[in-house]
Amino acid sequence: MTPLQTAPEWTAAAPAIILAVTGLALLLIDTIDPDTSSNGLLAGLSTLGSLAAGGVAGWFLTQGTGMESSGGAITLYGDALVIDGMSLFFTLIFTSVAAMVSVASYDYLAGRRYQGEFYSLVMFAATGMTLMAMSNSLATVFVSLELASLPSYALVAFLKKNRGSIEAGLKYFLIGALSSAVFAFGISLVYAVTGTLLLPEIAANLSVSSDLVGVLGLGVLMIAGGFAFKTASVPFHFWAPEAYEGAPAPVSAFLSSASKAAGFAVAFRVFTVAFPLGPVTSLNGGGVDWSLLFAVLAVVTMTLGNFAAATQENVKRMLAYSSIGHAGYALIGLAAITTDGGAANGHVLGASMAHLLVYGFMNTGAFLFIAMVEKWGLGRTFADYNGIASKAPIAATAMTVFMFSLAGLPPFGGFLSKYFLFLSAIESGFWWLAAVGAVNSALSLFYYSRVVKAMWIEEPSEPLEIGSQPVGLYVAVIFAAVGTVLLLPGFRPVIETAQTVAAALF
Amino acid sequence: MIIEALIAVTFLAALVTFVLPDRYAGKAAFALSLIPVVGSLFMWQQYDASGNALLGGTVAFETDVVWLQLGQYDLHWMVGVDGISMPLIVLTTILTTLAIVSAWTPIAERQSQFFGLMLFMEANLLGVFTALDFFVWFIFWEAVLVPMYFLIGVWGGPRRKYAAIKFFVYTNIASLVMFIGFISLVFGLGDSISSLRLPEIAQALQAGQLGGFAGLSAGALASVAFIAMFFGFAVKVPVAPLHTWLPDAHVEAPTPVSVMLAGVLLKMGTYALLRFNFTMLPETARSFALPIALLAVASVIYGALLALAQQDLKRIVAYSSVSSMGYVILGLIAYTTYGVGGATFQMVAHGLISGLMFMAVGVIYNTTHTRMVTDMSGVADRMPVTAGIFVAGAFGYMGLPLMAGFAAEFFIFKGAFESTVMEAMPLFTGAAMFGIVIVAGYLLFAMQRTLFGPFEFDGDYDVTSAPFHDVAPLAVLLLLTIVLGVSPDIFFTMIQDAVNPILELGGAF
Repeated sequence: MTPLQTAPEWTAAAPAIILAVTGLALLLIDTIDPDTSSNGLLAGLSTLGSLAAGGVAGWFLTQGTGMESSGGAITLYGDALVIDGMSLFFTLIFTSVAAMVSVASYDYLAGRRYQGEFYSLVMFAATGMTLMAMSNSLATVFVSLELASLPSYALVAFLKKNRGSIEAGLKYFLIGALSSAVFAFGISLVYAVTGTLLLPEIAANLSVSSDLVGVLGLGVLMIAGGFAFKTASVPFHFWAPEAYEGAPAPVSAFLSSASKAAGFAVAFRVFTVAFPLGPVTSLNGGGVDWSLLFAVLAVVTMTLGNFAAATQENVKRMLAYSSIGHAGYALIGLAAITTDGGAANGHVLGASMAHLLVYGFMNTGAFLFIAMVEKWGLGRTFADYNGIASKAPIAATAMTVFMFSLAGLPPFGGFLSKYFLFLSAIESGFWWLAAVGAVNSALSLFYYSRVVKAMWIEEPSEPLEIGSQPVGLYVAVIFAAVGTVLLLPGFRPVIETAQTVAAALF
Repeated sequence: MIIEALIAVTFLAALVTFVLPDRYAGKAAFALSLIPVVGSLFMWQQYDASGNALLGGTVAFETDVVWLQLGQYDLHWMVGVDGISMPLIVLTTILTTLAIVSAWTPIAERQSQFFGLMLFMEANLLGVFTALDFFVWFIFWEAVLVPMYFLIGVWGGPRRKYAAIKFFVYTNIASLVMFIGFISLVFGLGDSISSLRLPEIAQALQAGQLGGFAGLSAGALASVAFIAMFFGFAVKVPVAPLHTWLPDAHVEAPTPVSVMLAGVLLKMGTYALLRFNFTMLPETARSFALPIALLAVASVIYGALLALAQQDLKRIVAYSSVSSMGYVILGLIAYTTYGVGGATFQMVAHGLISGLMFMAVGVIYNTTHTRMVTDMSGVADRMPVTAGIFVAGAFGYMGLPLMAGFAAEFFIFKGAFESTVMEAMPLFTGAAMFGIVIVAGYLLFAMQRTLFGPFEFDGDYDVTSAPFHDVAPLAVLLLLTIVLGVSPDIFFTMIQDAVNPILELGGAF
């Protein structure tokens, strides 16, 4: 049911539609006036579109659209799409990140060409992510995943004259193509076994003969590989440091926050709906225990991400590895699901979703601060950050908030979201996962605090010159910082919504 | 609501100060910091609590709402004050304001950030002393570290980076150990609690609800948790031999930060010891009476001896804090109304006097730019007022009657002598009293060499009398010390009222 009882059902897909229309409108403006320099108009429109989509999603969430309180999930187009609490929750993440990135790009793109294309690509990617969160069929999963990925490749390579950007784009594209192929192959195997692409029907057709269990297992494994690419988890993580480092910093922010969350959205849905753990682990002739697979991946991903981040000298690359580490934390949401978990399954999945929301703010903010540093023309290493706080104390304070929040230090949002995630893992009986996560989290303080130390305590080797005070970047960074702080006292609605909508999946 | 308002206003003041231009920041921070002072005095005037907040007493200005749900536990936003926290809140607000004034001279760069961080720290300290839910308390507790790290690391002396990171690492590890200890208690309580509110946990423990956990019996679990929490808080206090971060932090920190560190931050440790270890697990505490009393006496004597060996005035005051905090531990373990009450009173008294001493050293340093005893003599000739207050403060430290230090130490010794936790307690008390002699020795020796005699100074600076705004906070602190010394009852009555329920626990000993 939509909030407007008389509205046709397709209006439930309004967030995705708004984003797509915004993208088209941006292209239209660009067609009419290709050499436009009205960056403000483009950035404003893009921000407005994201905020409108996010506002609608938030409104739907508070009204209970697609949730049990108002008649359950809404399915559209022959069940290919589903609008429920989870898709709306993730839409909120994508749109808030897209809005921050659009505002920040206003300054970052100033004086560059192809601005219209940039914003429309961001909008189309956001549309793809929203559709990923709504996908209820492996076909739509694949199509929307490509819709999100193709604009991303172009965005990473957006700085056409910059070798790093081109290299990053190419590497991202090649690994993306490979993982898409693996993913499509996995889908075909699952289709071969179950005879359907719709997620609920896959679950219903799981009772296969024993000689096909191996095929199904291979399919599930390959599908998991596709998600590992999108979420930058081991073993398909190695594009991430290159892509995040080479891409324009706002694009890195967008990819590492929104795109990663989209990967998780679709992974959460596919695995809990299409392959419910109870049935798939008790098939004739063996089981497909993907929870164990994700537990291993979670441990390897978070450990690898954290240790690699600790050895970096380049701040942007450090953040890229930290983003891999956080993918490991979020994977706990899938890893800690058990066959007889009951409410605990919803709790841990919800905690993972809530962490992704908080992460959306703090990580986007951190990358946008790097965009600001790039705008100032400072270098990329820790040493280049020395003394920034004495020149730009407010931006440095925001960055300090992001760093401490990413490390999980109170009093910031990241503290609570990590805490809930680890505690709900313990609740599900995965205390060792929580312990590995906690140790990693403590280790991460080392490299996050290096940024803070450089900015505040170290002296610059030569006098620091900071030219402009980019308004858009400042607005976006401060917005993200305020969000990160307010998510501590205001964590209750987030975690309650997340756990409610996650529980509806089981 | 007044506690929320107090904390919120202080946060807001920090934010405003942070974005002000540097040249207004100091004055603005002073003006803004008067709001929490007035607020806390108003709270004191309206104060109507009785008994101990954790043991079923009436809590003043209580708020208790559910904030979050964490598994089977509700996290509450629960704040309130009782006779133990009320004096510490007044101490925090007054000392912050005075520290801000004393920072006007020495802090010459990035003022808005400095004063913003001071106020930010004050807000979190108020949170620590008012929070009655473990989770809320822990957030404030940890959040105090962040501004302190910057205050030492940015505005500190030559070895500030080392001192800041040492402080941060020591206290963070301590917090982690303490956290594990406390959480294991929570797990041991199992289903008998439904929230992490400290009163609920304390009362469940008193009712004997503690079960085994992780293969430990209830008694063993209580011991392990007690040791873990004691370790965590002892680093903060600090108790010898965990005190090594303190002299580094103090020497490198700028004077106003030392004032806050010695005056209030150390009290977080003793306050938490009293609230957690000695209120929640009294029987375990009594069973550890011997080692704890040993640690207390070791802190007293060892801290005083270390102070005796120093040439740096600031180091002398820093080490004597270790000594004074030893008295607090001794008073706590005595488990008598004068012992525990005196320990709480000593938290306030030492906050005032150590603040006074650090500020006095700072004022001298402002003009001489050295703190070495050997570099100067006869400073009293040039800075008569400062020297006079320095001498008065030192006598307060030595326990001169009619000053707060005397009342506090007298209560502690009386309580410790009367203590029944073990036979040998009077012996330990006698040993600790010997510390006073050493304190008197090193303070008199240091003053004789620096303040008195003919004026000599090896430096290029012109030693002149200090400006009014440097001396005024000293005078205020001296006045407060004397007022508290003449009539300790203004705090001691409410302290005893909150302390007595603790002593009635586990009376079987």
